[in-house]
Amino acid sequence: MDRIVCVQCPVGCKIKFEIVDGKIAKVEGNKCPRGLAYLEDELREPKRIVPTSVKIIGGNYPLVSVKTSAPIPKKYIPELMKKLRQIEINAPVKAGDIIVKNIFDTGVDIIATRTVSKNSQ
Amino acid sequence: MKTDVLVIGAGAAGMAAALSAAKNGARVILTDRDERAGGILNQCIHNGFGLHYFKEELTGPEYAERFSTLLENYQITLLTDCHVHNVKPDRKAVLVSPKGVFEVETKSIVYTAGARERPFGTLMIPGDRPSGIFTAGVAQKYMNIENRIIGKRALILGSGDIGMIMARRLTLEGVEVVAVIERLPYSGGLLRNVIQCLEDYNIPLYLSSTVVEVRGKERLEEVVVAQVDNNYRPIPGTERIFKVDTLVLSVGLIPQVELLWGLVQLDPISKGVSCSNIGQSSSEWIFSAGNCTVVYDLVDYVTMEGEKAGKYAAHYAKGERFETGVPIEIGENVGVIFPRRYVSGEDLVLYIRSKKPIEGATLVVGNFERRFEDVMPSEMIRIKIPSQKIMGFERIVVSLKEE
Amino acid sequence: MKVIVVGAGVVGSLAARELSKYDLDITIIEKNLDIGWGVTKANSAILHAGYDDPVDSNRAKFCAKGNAMYTQLSQELDFEIRRTGSYVVAFSDQEVKTIEELYEQGRINGVPGLEIHDRNTLLEKEPNLNKDVKCGLWAPTAGITEPWMVAIAAVENAVANGVKLVLNEKVVGFEKKGDQIKKVITDKNSYETDLVVNAAGLYADQVALLAGAEYVPLHPRRGEYILLDKKMGSIIKSVIFPTPTKTSKGILVLPTIDGGLLLGPTAVDLQDDMKDHLETTAQGLEQIRNFTRTLVPSLDFSQTVKTFCGLRPESPQKDFFVQASKVVKNFVNLMAMRSPGLTAAPAIAEYVTQEVIQQAMGFKLSKRKDFNPIRRGIKKIVELPLQEWQELVKGDPKAGRLICYCNEVTEAEIVEAIKRGARTLDGVKFRTRAMFGRCQGGFCSIKIMKILERELGKDMSEIVLKSPQSWIVDGKVRE
Repeated sequence: MDRIVCVQCPVGCKIKFEIVDGKIAKVEGNKCPRGLAYLEDELREPKRIVPTSVKIIGGNYPLVSVKTSAPIPKKYIPELMKKLRQIEINAPVKAGDIIVKNIFDTGVDIIATRTVSKNSQ
Repeated sequence: MKTDVLVIGAGAAGMAAALSAAKNGARVILTDRDERAGGILNQCIHNGFGLHYFKEELTGPEYAERFSTLLENYQITLLTDCHVHNVKPDRKAVLVSPKGVFEVETKSIVYTAGARERPFGTLMIPGDRPSGIFTAGVAQKYMNIENRIIGKRALILGSGDIGMIMARRLTLEGVEVVAVIERLPYSGGLLRNVIQCLEDYNIPLYLSSTVVEVRGKERLEEVVVAQVDNNYRPIPGTERIFKVDTLVLSVGLIPQVELLWGLVQLDPISKGVSCSNIGQSSSEWIFSAGNCTVVYDLVDYVTMEGEKAGKYAAHYAKGERFETGVPIEIGENVGVIFPRRYVSGEDLVLYIRSKKPIEGATLVVGNFERRFEDVMPSEMIRIKIPSQKIMGFERIVVSLKEE
Repeated sequence: MKVIVVGAGVVGSLAARELSKYDLDITIIEKNLDIGWGVTKANSAILHAGYDDPVDSNRAKFCAKGNAMYTQLSQELDFEIRRTGSYVVAFSDQEVKTIEELYEQGRINGVPGLEIHDRNTLLEKEPNLNKDVKCGLWAPTAGITEPWMVAIAAVENAVANGVKLVLNEKVVGFEKKGDQIKKVITDKNSYETDLVVNAAGLYADQVALLAGAEYVPLHPRRGEYILLDKKMGSIIKSVIFPTPTKTSKGILVLPTIDGGLLLGPTAVDLQDDMKDHLETTAQGLEQIRNFTRTLVPSLDFSQTVKTFCGLRPESPQKDFFVQASKVVKNFVNLMAMRSPGLTAAPAIAEYVTQEVIQQAMGFKLSKRKDFNPIRRGIKKIVELPLQEWQELVKGDPKAGRLICYCNEVTEAEIVEAIKRGARTLDGVKFRTRAMFGRCQGGFCSIKIMKILERELGKDMSEIVLKSPQSWIVDGKVRE
């Protein structure tokens, strides 16, 4: 059987699987259903959650941390970084606010992961 | 000032401890020397936090915010920018902040000061002393909080999780990461990070290697790397030179215990505060949790231990007293364990690191046995041992029996 | 009358301060970005008693005298010294003989209080010494200090008395008329002068050569050190020397002013073109570990805070070269200040001012009536009684904001260090001890960068560690 390590969470399940006729015939070792989804993605179109930052104006931090709301195809990552480098938003921002909606038509949003209030100074 | 529970350090452990102490009816003062609560979580913008505790995957700032917003709902006085100057055996502490210098009289303490990074100087690496050498946490704070790029080409020493996570961060932000160097024959962090931080970005991981010299009169210019033998000694003739202006160190965390010197016993192995399974130190009024007791892999576990220590510190403040408990001792193949004493009553939640990688091992604790596959020192085992399996023992030995 | 002092190490700084007692127009020119960053920055930091220097040498002439001067000097300039006393320890009959010779030499050199202590007395005072020790030469006047603080304090006091300090300029030549220097040329400016005092440390031979004056060739002697954490600081109370050899005092174990334990130095003679080779070596560090364990077996190297290297200016004569030039009539050499240069520096400053400049060279100097000998150091706020600290915070909240947790340094002290001239991370570190502790700036270096940024009105990318190209951060993650 082939082996793959699930990266969906820090548990890092070691998933064993078998492919028959291009289809997953046997899976074991995944402690939750996300492991199976990860395996399917990994075989077809590997996806990752991307955490990074976006510039924020007038905040108590110079950056607001953001992430993709769900894993996006790995091939989009360079393009995503390029796009996020051009974005500027104004404070305040709340954790969970959508910064970019439906990026690259993937159905995935870019969301703030930190609350940044207006700079009091 | 008077309080029931003084919590020192408002990171993951401290916030959990303060909330749990307050929920258990105690008046709580929570101090942090930084300008905000949250500790190191604030700069850990990557995902991977909260799966055990919240059953969803969060980034560090999100995880911290879940707790910091709760603090306001309870009888908790949060003092930020506040340094604890000393703690005295008469249960008084001197706090210093821009608002003043004052003494707090408390009934109990939860010490949750976290860990610090092992700095460059302690590694005794020969060579020049240029700028451009950062611990991973400092690099991370520059990048994620201060909006600063730390260099153009970087080498990373140490494949701990934060080293690998920084490799990915730097790469995403346009810094070329030429390699990650690891002294051990296996990665020092989680396999998941080897994949999503290194393999995804084609960053080579050189195992059984170390930095033997740094060069650069002003800014770092070159780092010399060599392979090491089984005793971690560099093998002459295997040197290779990396031309980089930045060296990021992810070479371990050291529990911060200095404030409690002379007050509590330390664990000779973890070098952290030695505790029983209710988080009580050798000094009955001082409780402790988190990375100042033992260095954890997952913040979720830190939170859980913080909650426990906070609860018992509150009970102690109300006058409840606890037994010392029986010692928990390190057996075969076990590197680090937490806690070090077992107070009967609750089930024992045990944290274990193996001494070496083991393919198949049986964990033996009292009358409890459980088989594990692919045990790695870099992956801490957390396991709940039912109380009936360890009842009646005068000492509890924890071992990992190799098959 | 205009005087140029080349070099703001401990020798140049104390010379400039001594000269500032007279009615002179003095400028110190220093090539580094801060005071005391050459030889002064990295040495054993010892005030030697003076038994070790050959009778009739310049070293003997100035060492015991300089040592005694440090008491008053440290009070006037408010820097720390600690008279820990020192032991030379003997492990063999041969070494016992050497110690007896040193005792005799010390007596001739005028070193006060020397005693030979037997094994029991020695082990009572220093219980962690190797028990095989036979006896030890006790020198109660020996002590420790922070050499860079001596230089900083001396310059601050000199500047308060009218001396000008020029940093980041390197002397590249002299304009002469006959046998007199008229101008000192640096890489950025030129300065008219009537008298030049050459205290350029490792480079003093090159400066003398540029001036066409006499010199002794200087080569760097590498000394590597290991600094251990405060946890180890109390296992030794005095300065422990092994019995010296003909060439070196050997590798020592000694406490530091801020409570750590210093081990070193090695002694490796380098080529004269290796004056910037401040790198530590695997062999050197290994040698220190192995040797110091023979003196103090319980040393724990897992408590290492850092390792570093210093270079001392050594000459073939192995003695200070302190005299007026005979060919260039207004040029004075303070050269080859190898050990015990730090100890001797105050005595040399006095000697050069009185006996060389005034008597031998015949310059008529008049004493200023308004010379103020007092300089106050940056107040160590953590050492204040709590009540006083509280009062201070009321007036200045920065005095209650801790920046360096390991050594408990407040923002107020860092701001004060910047006011007094710190422009770099190392400038703050050497003035306040922030970042000098066990986390080595892991928690505070970014905070200090932000304070430097704010106080200097600069961008973080312009702030350096210690030299013009030692930048810390580059651009921004998001512009």
